[in-house]
This record gives sequence, C-alpha cells and structure tokens, in this order.
Amino acid sequence: MVTTRHPTYDQTRRSLDGEETTCEATVSASLAAIERRKGLNAFLTVFAERALERARMVDRKRAEGRAGRLAGMIVAVKDALCMRNERVTCASRILENFVSPYDATAVERLEREDAVLIGKTNLDEFAMGSSTENSAFGPVRNPVDESRVPGGSSGGSCVAVAAGMAHTALGTDTGGSIRQPASFCGIVGLKPTYGRVSRYGLVALSSSFDQIGPFANSVADAARVLQVIAGHDPRDATSAHVPVPEYADSITGDVRGVRVGLPREAFAAGLHADVRAAVVRVADLLRDAGAEILDVTLPHSAYTISTYYILMTAEASSNLARYDGARYGYRAEGARDLTEMYVRSRSEGFGPEVKRRIMLGTYVLSAGYYDAYYLKAQKVRRLIQNDFFDALRRVDCLLLPTAPTTAFTMGEKIDDPLAMYLSDVYTVSANLAGVPAISVPCGTDREGLPIGAQIIGKQFDEPTLFRVADTVERLVMQ
Amino acid sequence: MPVTVQDVEHVAHLARLSFTAEEKQLLTMQLNSILLYMEQLNALDTSGVEPLSHVIEVQNVFRPDQVTPGVSREEALRNAPAHSDEYFKVPKVISER
Repeated sequence: MVTTRHPTYDQTRRSLDGEETTCEATVSASLAAIERRKGLNAFLTVFAERALERARMVDRKRAEGRAGRLAGMIVAVKDALCMRNERVTCASRILENFVSPYDATAVERLEREDAVLIGKTNLDEFAMGSSTENSAFGPVRNPVDESRVPGGSSGGSCVAVAAGMAHTALGTDTGGSIRQPASFCGIVGLKPTYGRVSRYGLVALSSSFDQIGPFANSVADAARVLQVIAGHDPRDATSAHVPVPEYADSITGDVRGVRVGLPREAFAAGLHADVRAAVVRVADLLRDAGAEILDVTLPHSAYTISTYYILMTAEASSNLARYDGARYGYRAEGARDLTEMYVRSRSEGFGPEVKRRIMLGTYVLSAGYYDAYYLKAQKVRRLIQNDFFDALRRVDCLLLPTAPTTAFTMGEKIDDPLAMYLSDVYTVSANLAGVPAISVPCGTDREGLPIGAQIIGKQFDEPTLFRVADTVERLVMQ
Repeated sequence: MPVTVQDVEHVAHLARLSFTAEEKQLLTMQLNSILLYMEQLNALDTSGVEPLSHVIEVQNVFRPDQVTPGVSREEALRNAPAHSDEYFKVPKVISER
C-alpha cells in the first residue's frame, strides 16, 4: 500500500530537465487534483492565478538556465505561516480576515529558490489538536480512508502531499503535528532540531517547542526542503548559529556501523500489535543492512504527556493573550467597555479546544499553582532531555513508532481531550528535548492503514536521520 | 474534585473568557480529569534539578542600534477592527464625571 505514493519532486525535476513537461503543466495538474478531492478539505486558500503566474516565470527562468534549486517544486503551506498580502487564519474565527503584512522566512526562502506555493492548508485551530477536527472551517479527511482522521495538527499540509496536490508542504510540529499525520497518511514528515528553522512569520503557539518542517513523498525531498529553509535568521533570535550541512550527501543508502537504539519504554503496553510488528521489522531490516541494533532506556517516558501539556498550555495561554480584538482579528460588536470587548471577542472568536487549553495554561500559571505545575514540569523536562542525551551518547539514533495506533475514526476522541492528548505519547518527547525526529512509512496494518516508523537523532544531526530514514524507505519498498 | 466551578470562574476571568453554566460544568470535569493525570509528576523527586526553559544552547545576540525599515503605519492599521488615521480605536476606557 505504501506504493500508492505520488510523484516525488525528484521525478518531476527529471521530467522538467528532460523537457517532458513544464512547470505550468505541473501546477495545472496540481490545481486539478485539489479540485477533484475538494471533499478532503485540505486547503483554506488556493492561489490558482498566483501559482500559474509563478510557474510561467519559473519556466522562463529554466529556459534561460537561471532557475533556483527548487524550480517547479509545488509546496503547500500550513495556514499558521505568514505570506505577504494573503490571509493567515490559523483555522480560527478570530483571525478569519487577517491579512499578513510580511512573509515568513521559510516561505521567503522557498520562493527565492523558485518553488511554487500553491495554497494555505487547513489545521487544528491554532495548531491545537491531533486530528485536524478542531478547525473552524471544518475537519480534514484522511485520503487513505475518508472516514478516518488524517492526524494533526498539520492535517491539511499532510493531505496535500499524500493526495498528490503538492510535492511537499510546510507544517509545524509543537508536539508531533508533522510526524503523527505523516504516519497516519503514509508519507514522510520531519521535525527539525529546535532552532534549526527560523520561526519568523509563524504564528506562535508554544515558543519553546514550535518548529517548522517539511512533509514529502520521499526522504530525499524532505532533505531538499530543509536545505533551503534551515539556517540562522537575524529576525528570529532563537534560530541557531549552527552551520547547515549538505543534506543530500547524507543520503548514501549505507547504514553499516550506524548504532540504532530501541527505547524499551516505547514498546510497552498500549502499542497496537501491527504497529509494533512493523517497527520491529524495520529494526530487523536495518540490522540485515549492517546497522547495529541496541536496547536503550528513556526512564522518564511515562511523564512526557503531563510535562508537555503543562508547559505547552502555559506558553499557549500567554501567546494567545494578544488576541483581544483591539489591534487585529475578530472584535465582538457593541461592547460597552474595554474588558467586555476583550472577553466577548475572545469567547466568540476562539473554539472549544483553544479555550480549554487557555484555561488549563492559565490555571497552571496562576498564583498558588505555578510551583506545583509549571516549575515542576520545567524540572521534569530537564530529566527527560537528560534521558535523550544519555541514550544518544550510546547510539547514533533511536527507532520507535511515531504513533501508538494507525489513523483513528473521525469523532472517536473529540469529546475526550485526555484520550486525544495521549495519542501524542511517542512524539512529544522529541519536542521536550529539542531533538530532531522524522517519520517514515514502514507498512500498513491489517486494514491497510499506513504505519510510520520514527527516527530520533542528536541535536542538529539531521544527516543521520536522513541517512537512516532513506534506507528504511528503500528497504520497505523492496 | 480539586478544581471547583468557582476556580473555573476565577481562571476564566484571568484569561478574559466567559462560559455558559453548562460549559463551566463540563470544563470543571475535564480540567479535573486532566490535572488528576498530571498529578503523576508529584511522584518524581526533582530536588536539585535545574528547570529547563530553553532546549538548545543560546548566547546573547548583539546588533548595531540602527534604524531599519519596518511595517508602515498604514500596514499596521490595515487589520484593525476600527482605527483612525493614526490610532487603533477601542471602546471608551475612562468615563466622564
């Protein structure tokens, strides 16, 4: 079932270079695919005219031999990233009519290399959710089985790639929002190291976790996107001053001598049998290919969800305080004073999950609870990060499932927030530790639903992730 | 039940949110179940552990104090629900005597 994947950018690039197609024709085909599968609700805005115009310009540049590194790559962008003079809604009523005055750095860098941006994609409101059911503009459906969720919160970006509407897409990953949907839809999803990609122009959710990353139909395509968007940006002071290596060089197909750790805790109770079998098979394939498979332990694994949701909601409640109806966004009509304007604008503009997380975050930060929840969670975060640093001293990377199950049914968890939070059990730890992680398809369950294997590496060691994930991709497809 | 409806009302006030009576009941229940799960952290001894607030090594960033182009006033006001030529407009804050 993994072979249902759509053309990679590498394939399109060869067709472009061989003059078998044009960028304009590729964009037209992409627009047709978006139209044909409108019911998936992947896009909030489609740039039909703008994209075709860009495509014609890229075709001219190609003819003149001066096209950029991503010439003709069709990219969809999560609607939490700013594009100048376009709406950025975060799938919320409160930002429904907000038009961005500038480009996000990641967007700007893609356009500079002649990628064609095709549209803005649907998400859980303010990226809060694991199913893309929390959008104010309706849920997104999984293209593999439309009765199921695509995962979240970057569901629209993931579906755009999984359904052949774009070569790649930008998502954001605060606690798994790129990797978990990639796993549910059978594509590649990368969360880079915290600070690897500038967050300038990304609407802030939880600033100590948020990271922008690519969805793609191949590991090589994900590497091509990261190559362009990674690197320090003076406009984001938290973007790292760490040189960006040549990622294509790491895709060698050779994993001999690579030490891969299997975290014992990740294969314990609660893991779907088919998911376990698929990931264990990946370990066997890697061993046969010459990698060394070792058992490792992450002793504080049981505490990741609690720690994550305390810190994430605290940061989100603070970041979302700016939506008050005064300077931008939705304002309730007829308020008699300022406080009433704040309260009614926020209460009418935010959806239920956003309000729930603001309440939880405000609670854990409020007088009398700060030490017991927020400060405690910051300390446990240190212990969790130390677990990763210790394990990654013994091995080069970790291998574990991306999600404990395959895609669940729409509506299944929407009324039980805790059950929804627990579906992030394997993804939040990489965000807590600030390490990079990638999800790569590794088979299907007995119902034909995709399964993702997750590879987690050392900070700024994306090359090892690409090397191992690319090998997994080749071995699984054989 | 550690969190009461009164707590929910207090936190809602801090967050500048309002809820119906039904929503408050549901939120009280949901916050209690989530916080009860989070209580597990209390089982961990974290004495002597330094809180982690930034996951990568960072250094202070210095730059010359120079004027660079930014968002213009017109652009900054473009998304405002109500504005004059120079200011954001909001309901009256100070009442007349």
